[in-house]
Amino acid sequence: MARKSQHYSNSTYRKLRFLKRAGLYFGVLMVLAYMLFPYYWAIISSTKTPENLYSFSLLPSLNFGNYISLFHNPIFIGAILNSAFVAFSSSLISLVVSILAAYALGRMNFRLSRMVLICVLMISVFPQVVVLSGMFEVIGWLGLYNRPTALVFSYLLLVLPFTTWVLTSFIRDLPQELEEAALIDGCSRFRILTHVLLPLMGPAIASTGLLAFILSWNEFLFALTFILTDENRTVPVAMGLLTGSSRYEYPFGQVMAASVTVTLPLLILVLIFQRKIVSGLTAGAVKG
Amino acid sequence: MASVTLKEVSKSFGAYDVLRSIDLAVEDGEFLVFVGPSGCGKSTLLRVIAGLVPVSKGTVSIGGNEVTDVPASKRGVAFVFQSYALYPHMNVARNISFALETARMTKAEIGRRLTKVAEMLKIGHLLDRKPKQLSGGQRQRVAIGRALVSQPKLFLFDEPLSNLDADLRMEMRFEIAKLHSEVGATMIYVTHDQTEAMTLADRIVILNHGSIEQIGTPRELYDHPVNRFVAGFLGSPRMNFTSVESDETGSTLIGPDGFKLSANHASVRQAVTLGIRPEALEIVSSDSSNCIKGIFERVEDLGYEQIAYIRLSNNTIWTVRSAGAIPAYDSGSKIGLRWKSEDLYLFDGKDQSIRIESFPQPPAIEVVR
Repeated sequence: MARKSQHYSNSTYRKLRFLKRAGLYFGVLMVLAYMLFPYYWAIISSTKTPENLYSFSLLPSLNFGNYISLFHNPIFIGAILNSAFVAFSSSLISLVVSILAAYALGRMNFRLSRMVLICVLMISVFPQVVVLSGMFEVIGWLGLYNRPTALVFSYLLLVLPFTTWVLTSFIRDLPQELEEAALIDGCSRFRILTHVLLPLMGPAIASTGLLAFILSWNEFLFALTFILTDENRTVPVAMGLLTGSSRYEYPFGQVMAASVTVTLPLLILVLIFQRKIVSGLTAGAVKG
Repeated sequence: MASVTLKEVSKSFGAYDVLRSIDLAVEDGEFLVFVGPSGCGKSTLLRVIAGLVPVSKGTVSIGGNEVTDVPASKRGVAFVFQSYALYPHMNVARNISFALETARMTKAEIGRRLTKVAEMLKIGHLLDRKPKQLSGGQRQRVAIGRALVSQPKLFLFDEPLSNLDADLRMEMRFEIAKLHSEVGATMIYVTHDQTEAMTLADRIVILNHGSIEQIGTPRELYDHPVNRFVAGFLGSPRMNFTSVESDETGSTLIGPDGFKLSANHASVRQAVTLGIRPEALEIVSSDSSNCIKGIFERVEDLGYEQIAYIRLSNNTIWTVRSAGAIPAYDSGSKIGLRWKSEDLYLFDGKDQSIRIESFPQPPAIEVVR
């Protein structure tokens, strides 16, 4: 029986294929524009003088006055250093802890491992606002109030569950036989982790570490609540509290310059680890 | 030295018994092969010996010392994995020497052993490569090199050749046999490929449903299988079976198509199944005397041998294997099958073999129509 289907000529199929591809690229362009335009707008606005700020133009006017005054602002520089310290420490600590946890949860089949994993997931479900007051008490007891260390400590709560979860599923996907081969070669569990598993986890560590860094770098609520004085603030809060020469003037150009500046480190990190991230993000989900 | 003794070893995963009370003694320097259908527990048994899987019951001894609870890393055995399990981030040299490095051996000693192993396996030119830059056969050699380098007394192989294509498999089979004679260590080898089992083994262990069916030399198992499972498992194509019945007097067994067997011995009367190997059958014309009739279905010509498929009157398909040419009958034509009584196997109601060879005279075959 002949199949009932329409047949086109070769050249029609070629045109169809071309149209499909053109459509795809158009779609990609739209998405890119949607995502990148706000950043571009921030760049443009940051290079405008206050007088020009409200005139519409899509081209940057290359006036770096906002950046110069921003970098002469000691509070902003201090905030960047604080942010860097907080984000680096919390992502580093969370990586170390979650790698150890992930190995235990992913590979050692003890009875409670499932329970622990579910608890970890539950913790990441709580909204930040819910834990805020409790966390405030804890930080008071620990004597960490108004110190950047308080933020390192509290960010672990946000970052650890998800790094543990991602790394656990990544470790589970590594072939069991590799570990058995290492056991046969006489390795201890710790040596297996450091010499066999860790080198293979590069992509996962890069992507989770980076996401942890971004999360801590951008965090606002804890940073606002646990820090009292300007010199201990992190960038997101410092930016929110930037003031102009009078209380009625909002320093729009400077805020834009600041947001461009604080995005740069993230962009640079992403570009450095870009390749690893792509393989890392998919590796946890589906074995490939 | 490295003999291996298992006493009443059992392993259960939950309610599922993978190994049921295995007793086994492997002699020092022996090449022992575990063979069986998939899921029979052969890999688990190997892993139990390696220490990768803890036993549920029983004891494991290696070289006379009980090691039941000694972790795999301290047993000093070598293990070659089916997937090779090479470390992807290390080059070949480091893959091979990792165990020595872990044992904190001196650089000079590591280098000396590495050179020796590389020379033995002819992989000297590959030492700087990563595993993903190697072909399957080369990976296999590296995996064996990794096992060799720590100079263990006991080698365990878990289906090492099953990922290779046919040509390479034969080559590596030869290499492993050569290796065994050179190194002289005890080797235990798991496979589902009976050719590998028959060609490599000093002794074969046939496993089924977590129990040992029979242990013996390849010849013993092939010629004197203890039960129907072993008889059907070894040999390709497998042994032909058909059911037989005893007549009312009990002195004759009746098979398909008027086939009669004189029950000249008391134990023959217990037989319910008859077995005959494909190479013991001869195709004759259907009007020949003392033959049973069948319908010629098709023939497979492998060049060096031919395999014919014959449908018996009770609809069972038998295979006939012949090194010479089988006449090209048309599909559906009637032919006769004939065989000698000494090639016959008989199995009782519990599928155990009836040892015909111990009788003063084999039971006589007669076909009556």
